[in-house]
Amino acid sequence: MSLTRRQLLVLLPAAAAAWDFVLAGTPEAAPTYNSAEHWWGMLLDITKCIGCGSCVRACELENDVPDGYFRTWVERYHVPDFHIENPLVDSPDGGKEGFSPSEFTGGKNFFVPKFCNHCVDSPCTQVCPVGATFHTPDGVVLVDQNYCVGCRYCIQACPYGCRFFHPNKHVADKCTLCYHRITKGLTTVCCESCPTGARQLADLKNPNDPIHAFLKTHSVQVLKPHLATGAKNFYNGLDGSVR
Amino acid sequence: MFAVLFPIPNYGLITHFLVIFITQMRDPCPVVLCSPALYERAFDTFLQLAGALMVKLQDITHLLRVAAVFAVGLVLVLVFRSAFIPKSFGRYGHFRGDALAEITARPIVYAGHDTCEGCHPDTAETKSKGVHAHVNCESCHGPLAKHADDPTGIKPQLPGVAHLCIRCHSENIAKPQGFPQVNAKEHSGGQLCNTCHQPHSPGLVQGPRK
Repeated sequence: MSLTRRQLLVLLPAAAAAWDFVLAGTPEAAPTYNSAEHWWGMLLDITKCIGCGSCVRACELENDVPDGYFRTWVERYHVPDFHIENPLVDSPDGGKEGFSPSEFTGGKNFFVPKFCNHCVDSPCTQVCPVGATFHTPDGVVLVDQNYCVGCRYCIQACPYGCRFFHPNKHVADKCTLCYHRITKGLTTVCCESCPTGARQLADLKNPNDPIHAFLKTHSVQVLKPHLATGAKNFYNGLDGSVR
Repeated sequence: MFAVLFPIPNYGLITHFLVIFITQMRDPCPVVLCSPALYERAFDTFLQLAGALMVKLQDITHLLRVAAVFAVGLVLVLVFRSAFIPKSFGRYGHFRGDALAEITARPIVYAGHDTCEGCHPDTAETKSKGVHAHVNCESCHGPLAKHADDPTGIKPQLPGVAHLCIRCHSENIAKPQGFPQVNAKEHSGGQLCNTCHQPHSPGLVQGPRK
């Protein structure tokens, strides 16, 4: 058997391509995350929140949230005596840099961390005309920013004010419950950075999740329950004055 | 254009040809079941009925035209749908299925305390004994996934204690009772917190530095 130079020149690249294919080996195994096995929610303990704003800062860095916009924020409530229906609420820069000392001495004072409730029957998803915002099989409400047309219906529809119009991308933006983290076995970045454990990610489908024990022994509430949105942010110690 | 694509049948002409055809058929018709006069009458009735049918067909021409327009529209819609709707739309629900993978693929910025503790067990040990046991590393040190990926190349910056500690521990009436809060000026008189407190386990008093 003899090879001409021409044949060799043809064969060598073919062999190189074949060897490359062999070296590549089997493709990377599919991720083990099975969305059907999870149902995400969060536990927020108002009796533990100190208003440090770590969650807001971490969220901004992790998710590249533009300055002045918030996927999560912290509100400070001052409920004056005898005026339970008229609380004074402030949230300077979303509470990102913490809160300066209160000017009030009496009444009831506390912090309320807020972010998307990832509602089961979310009004924002119902109004999207193009199917750009959706429920994942594991109970997270997400925005497909490559498909969103930027009509802003969802921003108006959210009764919790959890969505904003991204100033650069010109599409709707919101909390993703750190979907890129929870699908890899990590917790959300707000829970990761919370120093007091006021925020705890909860997998409601996992029978071993500590949330089940907590829900049995504590009186928790969701925001605006009368709207029947199926909110999954469970607040411990939530005052009736919180809007 | 439309008339060329969809010529409307001339029912008058068709009727004319039909009548000629049947008239030709009459004479050699082999079936004679009744008198010729009755046969003539029956044939006239048939012609009348056929004529009436043709007139009726003439009346629904406009409906056929509308039906044709709808049919063309339906075909166009199907063509545009297949061209413009992403292939993965509807895989899991009324949304683009590929979006899930795209969102999942975002890079991680905060590595998570498990990653930190893997390389810094001594600090984790110190921390586990103090009141900051449940304060995660990146809560104070900031996002360090890049450092975790390249431990020697990217070094984290030490957080400035003056600003850092105060953010959590400054006095505020809205903070939960029992949470350690201080008025910084009264408490330290301008000294830095880590003069006396070890940040990883602040209960251990180091003693004022000379």
